[in-house]
Amino acid sequence: MDSDLLLPRPEGLYCPAGEFFIDPMQPVARAVVTHAHGDHARAGSALYHVARAGAALMHERLGAGSVIHDHDWGERFTLGNTTISLHPSGHILGAAQVRIESRGTVAVVSGDYKRDPDPTCAPFEPVPCDIFVTESTFGLPIYRWPPMHRVVDELLAWLDECAARGVPAVLFCYALGKAQRILAELATRTERTVHLHGAMLRLVEAYREAGVRMLPTQAVSDSARGKDFAGELIMAPPSAAGSPWMRRFAKASTGFASGWMQVRGARRRRGYDRGFVVSDHADWPGLIRSVEDCGAKRIYVTHGDGEALIRHLRELGHDAFPLRSLGGQMPDMRSSEEGD
Amino acid sequence: MRRFAVLFEALDRTSSTTAKRDAMAAYFADAPAEDAAWAVYVLGGGKLKRTATSTELRLALALETGYADWLIDDSYQHVGDLAETIALMLPASPDDIEDTPLHVWMEARLPSLNKLESAERVALLREWWRALPPGQVFLVNKLLTGSLRVGVSQRLVVQALAQWANLPTDLIAHRLSGSWSPGATAFRELAGPERADEHAGERPYPFFLASPLEQEIDSLGDVGDWLAEWKWDGIRAQLMRRADGALLWSRGEERLDGRFPEIEQAAQGLPDGCVVDGEILAWKLDEEHPLPFAALQKRIGKLKPGPKLLADTPVRLMAYDLLELDGQDLRERPLADRRTLLARLIEDRRPTLMLSPAVPSSGWDALTAIRAESRERRTEGLMLKRLDSPYRVGRKRGDWWKWKIDPYTVDAVLLYAQPGHGRRSGLFTDYTFGVWDGDVLVPVAKAYSGLDDGEIGQLDRWIRAHTIERFGPVRSVEPTHVFELAFEAIQASGRHKAGVAVRFPRILRWRTDLAIRDADKLDDLRRLASG
Repeated sequence: MDSDLLLPRPEGLYCPAGEFFIDPMQPVARAVVTHAHGDHARAGSALYHVARAGAALMHERLGAGSVIHDHDWGERFTLGNTTISLHPSGHILGAAQVRIESRGTVAVVSGDYKRDPDPTCAPFEPVPCDIFVTESTFGLPIYRWPPMHRVVDELLAWLDECAARGVPAVLFCYALGKAQRILAELATRTERTVHLHGAMLRLVEAYREAGVRMLPTQAVSDSARGKDFAGELIMAPPSAAGSPWMRRFAKASTGFASGWMQVRGARRRRGYDRGFVVSDHADWPGLIRSVEDCGAKRIYVTHGDGEALIRHLRELGHDAFPLRSLGGQMPDMRSSEEGD
Repeated sequence: MRRFAVLFEALDRTSSTTAKRDAMAAYFADAPAEDAAWAVYVLGGGKLKRTATSTELRLALALETGYADWLIDDSYQHVGDLAETIALMLPASPDDIEDTPLHVWMEARLPSLNKLESAERVALLREWWRALPPGQVFLVNKLLTGSLRVGVSQRLVVQALAQWANLPTDLIAHRLSGSWSPGATAFRELAGPERADEHAGERPYPFFLASPLEQEIDSLGDVGDWLAEWKWDGIRAQLMRRADGALLWSRGEERLDGRFPEIEQAAQGLPDGCVVDGEILAWKLDEEHPLPFAALQKRIGKLKPGPKLLADTPVRLMAYDLLELDGQDLRERPLADRRTLLARLIEDRRPTLMLSPAVPSSGWDALTAIRAESRERRTEGLMLKRLDSPYRVGRKRGDWWKWKIDPYTVDAVLLYAQPGHGRRSGLFTDYTFGVWDGDVLVPVAKAYSGLDDGEIGQLDRWIRAHTIERFGPVRSVEPTHVFELAFEAIQASGRHKAGVAVRFPRILRWRTDLAIRDADKLDDLRRLASG
């Protein structure tokens, strides 16, 4: 029965009953895509089903000409012999869990999700199901996220400190989701203008158009040559760290906003001055709570091996397995260091 | 400890040496002296005798969280630091917690663990954890399991103290040298005005260290400006004659008292208030050359050598320099003057105290030719010292050069070990060594050979007991042991993290006389590679 609903295949996670793939890594005939991050939304498939809240981002990511069907939260539609609906996962704007119902069995593929409040997207909706596919990016009990207001306190204190020292503050974070969430959280506490790396501009605009309130932003490239960025906040994707782009921020203090910053060694290895623990993934208590909230009989764990989470869930009395135990073959979607 | 926790965070949050120095100086100005003293101690790499085992810490964590042992182990493998793993796994503690000062932790609380049975220790740890904010849980765990490792070198602590006290770094370095013991008075004295009898105590003068010569020899100018001496292969030491006897300090600033009675006895004949810098060598009476270093090693380990060892392996001090005479600090005087006074001082103490002979130097070519005899003379090459040089502090380039014969050598710190194969399987015999890059040790060489079976066994036991982290078969160990490595060539390499690759590295010997801060610097290797 399981393998009728979900079957790992080289192209990605396949639903034989509905003849569609979820977040395929290669072009397929029919795809349901959970969210617009590059490791989930890939161009080239003939037809995409996505959540309406994320449709604009999907167009941005998948390119013009892609055929995209968008759906309201909870709207039921039919694919093959299945009934599908999309439910918010709380990961980023428009990020969805995929509910698949076929012959009385319900599976939920949660995609990437988090349980912490996020002003940029709809909160995670626990969806009752028989089979729950969960991520486990941060599948160890050392990962417990601090409340966001405390992280914002730290960010603001850091900005004050940089201003006092007369140096720029360059905050690295993922360009889609994390950057907008931080801009939105900061907007509740300050009104300053934030300078953005070019890779973030269009994505921030897309959020603004979706009605997300964020701090005013300005492209770094629009600043006059030789502008003094002392005391200013600059946001950039991690790939800009150590690149020639950084030269104009002499003596900058650097920070990285990521769940990985929870571990001191991870921060020291990367060489950032400051680490801010902000993640768009569920922490350990969030993972366990979500498994319990959905009441599933079988849990499948994806991302890395999730070994510790599986073993712990079993000790709590759940039937938990690695997703790959469903059979078939699916490349690991990403290395554990990429998620954040 | 709240204040110290804030300092630790500030140090941990920046890679800027200046920012770290400023943060420490501000702390020294602000903190109560009894706490600041301990901060000096632990930031400089000092640690308490280990008071709780990692097994006890894990047990306490399991009891406190209810997590299974395997989950604690998995988490620890992931974090790589037990102190931090505990801080990350414990339930959040309340914010309004009464603060316990650092010195109370160091002087009373942590040492009190030693007097307890294991189960009581576990119970007390849990009680402490519950009453600590997370940042302090981490710190307390660090303090009771080893050193802090926050990217601060002893040298940087000295600089921060100097900045706070508005005194020269050399003076602070001297005041901290030897076995400085933390306390409020000791801390206040660090900042006190310089006294005339400042150096009359038991503390050694900071050693002046030569740098390896890399440039062409004739670029040093007129050969007549230089003193050439053999680079003897022994233990650098400072012999201090004080009113109540003689003291002998190693370059790692450890007391060698009792180990070399011949030298202490010879020192009795010296006048009170003098300090000689020299090299301890194993050397038989009437022999032309010293015994190899391996012979001397038998003496290093023996706290009270027996008559047979004393007869078979007698030692002497090859005197290089005179730092103090009649209670007067001579370090600013030119080397030529100090040497004249030194020669006069010890001329009646031969051979146990002997003046390091000057190698006659009619010119650089002649010196180059003589240097080729180094091996036959059981020396490592030549030392070149500017005759008008003062006796400086630490490794300052320019006045003193070591002009070693090949191979290249480097003093490096053991960082990783993994089990060997074949005859050595099951023993940790494959080692990775690192040198200082700023205040971080970076791996530069792997070496598999050079130790004898006894040393391998000893090191193997030590590695098992001092593993920090495991990466499959590889273990990282607490940086503690310094080894002299030899290698045939060195070149720049983009493939190696350190940016240099050494060819045929092997262990020359275990430098038990050196502390890790005496290990070489990556910059020295880079210079060799570019030369």
